[in-house]
Amino acid sequence: MYSHGSESFIKQARGIQEPELQKFYSRLIKLLQGKELGHETIDSLQRLHLILSATKYTRTLPTDLQNRLVSLLSSPVEQLQVLSSAVLRETLPPAGQEANYSQDISSQLNCHTASLLLAQAGSQDNLSSLCALLLRSLENRPSDGPNHSATRTLPIVNTILTHSPQCLTEDQVTLLSKKLVDWLRYASTTQGSGASSGGFFTGSRSRQPLPIAELDGTVSGDFFTVLCVGQGFTEDQWMNVYSFSVLRHWLLTFQSVSSGSIPDIDDRSEIDGSVVSMVSATSSSSRLLPPKERLREKAFQYCQRLIEQCDRKAQKRTDTDLQKACLIEAVCILDCVCVEDASMVYRAFPCIKALFGRLSSDLSFARVLLPVAQFYLNHGEMAAVDCEAMWRLVFGRFPAELFNDPFLAHELLRFLRLNLESLQLQVPQYTRHFPNLLKFLAWDSPAVVDDFVDLLPSLVTSGTALELLHTLLDLPCLSATLLLQLRSMCLPISESGGRSLASMDAFRNPSFRGLFLFLLRGEAGSGDTIDRLNTLLELLSEAANWPRVVQCAQTVPILLHIFFNTIITVADKALLGQVILVLLERSSLLLNIPKYIIEIHRVFSRQLLRLCKLHPTLVMDQSHELLDFAGATSNVYSKEEIYTHVVWALGEYLSVSYDSRCSVKLITSCFEALEAVLFEITSSAPPPGTGCPAPRVITTLMNALAKLASRSHDLIPRVSLFLSKMRNVSRSGSVSWCADEEDLVSIVTLGEELWSLLKMPGVAQSVLNPPPHVATPQWHRDTNVAMPLQLRTLTRLTQAHASHAQHTPASPSAHTGT
Amino acid sequence: MVRCFIIHTVCPINALAPGESRVLYSRVFGPDEAVFHGGQQRQLTPQERRLLSAEKVSVVARQVHSAVSMCRDASGRPLMETLPGEETLALQDADSGVVRLRSGDPFSEETSVLWMAVQSLGFVLVCEPHENLLLAEGTLRNLTRQCLEHLHMLGQGSEVLLKSNRIDVLLSRLLPHGQLLFLNHRFAQSLEKDVAAYMNK
Repeated sequence: MYSHGSESFIKQARGIQEPELQKFYSRLIKLLQGKELGHETIDSLQRLHLILSATKYTRTLPTDLQNRLVSLLSSPVEQLQVLSSAVLRETLPPAGQEANYSQDISSQLNCHTASLLLAQAGSQDNLSSLCALLLRSLENRPSDGPNHSATRTLPIVNTILTHSPQCLTEDQVTLLSKKLVDWLRYASTTQGSGASSGGFFTGSRSRQPLPIAELDGTVSGDFFTVLCVGQGFTEDQWMNVYSFSVLRHWLLTFQSVSSGSIPDIDDRSEIDGSVVSMVSATSSSSRLLPPKERLREKAFQYCQRLIEQCDRKAQKRTDTDLQKACLIEAVCILDCVCVEDASMVYRAFPCIKALFGRLSSDLSFARVLLPVAQFYLNHGEMAAVDCEAMWRLVFGRFPAELFNDPFLAHELLRFLRLNLESLQLQVPQYTRHFPNLLKFLAWDSPAVVDDFVDLLPSLVTSGTALELLHTLLDLPCLSATLLLQLRSMCLPISESGGRSLASMDAFRNPSFRGLFLFLLRGEAGSGDTIDRLNTLLELLSEAANWPRVVQCAQTVPILLHIFFNTIITVADKALLGQVILVLLERSSLLLNIPKYIIEIHRVFSRQLLRLCKLHPTLVMDQSHELLDFAGATSNVYSKEEIYTHVVWALGEYLSVSYDSRCSVKLITSCFEALEAVLFEITSSAPPPGTGCPAPRVITTLMNALAKLASRSHDLIPRVSLFLSKMRNVSRSGSVSWCADEEDLVSIVTLGEELWSLLKMPGVAQSVLNPPPHVATPQWHRDTNVAMPLQLRTLTRLTQAHASHAQHTPASPSAHTGT
Repeated sequence: MVRCFIIHTVCPINALAPGESRVLYSRVFGPDEAVFHGGQQRQLTPQERRLLSAEKVSVVARQVHSAVSMCRDASGRPLMETLPGEETLALQDADSGVVRLRSGDPFSEETSVLWMAVQSLGFVLVCEPHENLLLAEGTLRNLTRQCLEHLHMLGQGSEVLLKSNRIDVLLSRLLPHGQLLFLNHRFAQSLEKDVAAYMNK
């Protein structure tokens, strides 16, 4: 599809040199001056467009070429209009730009000229002039048949409204509102002069105009809508289509409730609105309404008719899809209208409720039901309607059965994001459905992780936090399970040689059913996790290299960070203690995707540290489990990162200054546990299959032991003995538990430092357990502490100066800084 | 409203870094948002505006390229080459999805980017948040089919670069100024006949 030829075209266009370009320009000007503009001209114009658009730096055309192109905008040949508009869009507007807007080109304001004017509009005034031009042409135009010049107006106005609604004056808004009402409600109900279907009989006088038909072929009995068909269409029927297409945006833009951009219209309708809303309850008196309210009423009627029409079975597939799109639009417009005028809720609700009843059991209409859910959320309370069934559908069936529909996922998650506050008020139980909602994430993480970054904080509640943590850690398993579920529905018999043979068998095996069903549950509350998690992990071990599972695993660390950021704000200390226990427990219960385990351990370590820093007494509370963890030598090798941090936390926070409950007995038992591990890992080679323990683990253990000893001086002799043994060992050369000689030197140096420090217990105590104000220096804020900094800086400067003076400039100094 | 329609590559290109894609066609609808959403920034010159617009299009293309690669990796389906004439088949086989772009990244408002990937090319509609995405999806599918047919994209040709005026006309009928239209099969037929008449000239 994309060939080498295309690449070279682009390169050529970018790399064209100035002289060649000028030659091309002159040739083109000559071509354009000719009377007949044939294929060569078209091709050259196209080439010019390619040259201009291939680079993001704007080229300027010679003036006469530019002027000639501007004149081509009104050429009768559409190709020339298109090409000149496209070329001019890629270059700078001419100096006299304002002239374009005030010229009387209203009769020649074709689609392509208009898009050029739009693209180059530099200010709101430009757009206002363009609007004025368009609306004038709308009023003045003679009814030109096939040109459909009026149809251009609405899309252009609509796009201007997106960026600058203030461009339309109040009068223009009123004019367009009136026209929209006419086109929507009063378009012809007979077919226009269509394409030649009965070619022998010419002249429309010989035939009676046929009435329009519905999509299922029956004759239409009501006003024309986008769901009506005919052999050909009249102009106002085209305008009906365009009007409906712009209607929602129009209503949203001029909503007096939310937007503050049109102050005049706002004020008026707010006063009128309260009077008028009584009147609008009966549609027969709608002729008395001001234009804005009348448009709302007609929009209401149009949407109701559309909803009825969608009940018919369309003959063509594309029309069935259109019916769904029309349903969505109709419900959205009704919602918009009801937000503006609350009295319409009572008229709208029966219709919407009936729609829900019709569609709720058909999953292919799921996307249609989301706007219905929005309607229920906005107006359900007012109409005192029970919305239970709706929420069961949105939070229950949809995620559980349609998790693999990317568009539904996008729209449902968007619905949640936009209505988070209302949902928390009206449907607070939605947070219990996080196992279901996370299915979207498990299936297609890259597409929806951004949405979950926004949604996850609201799902973290103190009641379900632990279960949520387990579920997040099991996301890759959920991903694998969803894949198996889908596959098992598609393949009745497992294929021989199929890639998921083992796990598929496990999935279908009744004795493992419960495990998978737990992962696939829809609601929280049935337990934090399962006992046989390790069995499940084994069964899914071959899923560790499935691409979807790997993609899912990559997003888990981000979500965990968000989880922890939120949990510290909602949880009490007891819950945080339990979170720590979950961290310790799950560090060995993760799906064996290589990078996944390392990443999760890293997150765990960081968060453990953070929790302990926030609440140092947690270490005391969970000391039993932490000691168990720290006392297991195997953890040094398999969970090095977490182990290091646990040991550090124990050494740091297991002290009376942090928690008065800390007893000598506890310190001693901790000391013994750590000592045993340190002794074991430094006295023999690591077990076969594992590498040497990281030097950081050893130094952390040493530091922790020293800290503990400094708090309970009886332990000092034991530490000193160990440290001096360490020194002797290293003197004999290399050791089996440390591969790198430099590392060994660092370890031994640390040992010596600690040994000398512990010879002075009092000093050791203050050095190893510094009070907080020493550990968090104030630097320049505290004159007492700033002095050491000054001294050190001075020392370094004088030393550097001295060493510089000592060495000749030519010789490289081997001295590195302190 | 649709903000823009883009056709870009989703296959690796030798001359570019991995993940980068070549934008073959881009059309931004309506006035330039940099003029009206600039806020307190100084007004940009037209050259700067055009540059900014091109950069935004590249950002979208990059995001879609990444989404397409991830989606294809995850589904693990092998890419099937289809021949000219098999446009419907190519369309059935195509991957599609939607990406959410946050406000500011790169457009001033949040946008939903619908994409459709047919072999090595991606077709993208950047829609505003309150858009009817089901209608947009149908429109994108229709546009893609028409582009594949009228520009003979399933072959080796480079007509997407050399015949961009055809795409302009297609858009002017089916997506005028970025407006999505509710077209039943009759209206659609009428417009498509109009388009076909243009293409045959």
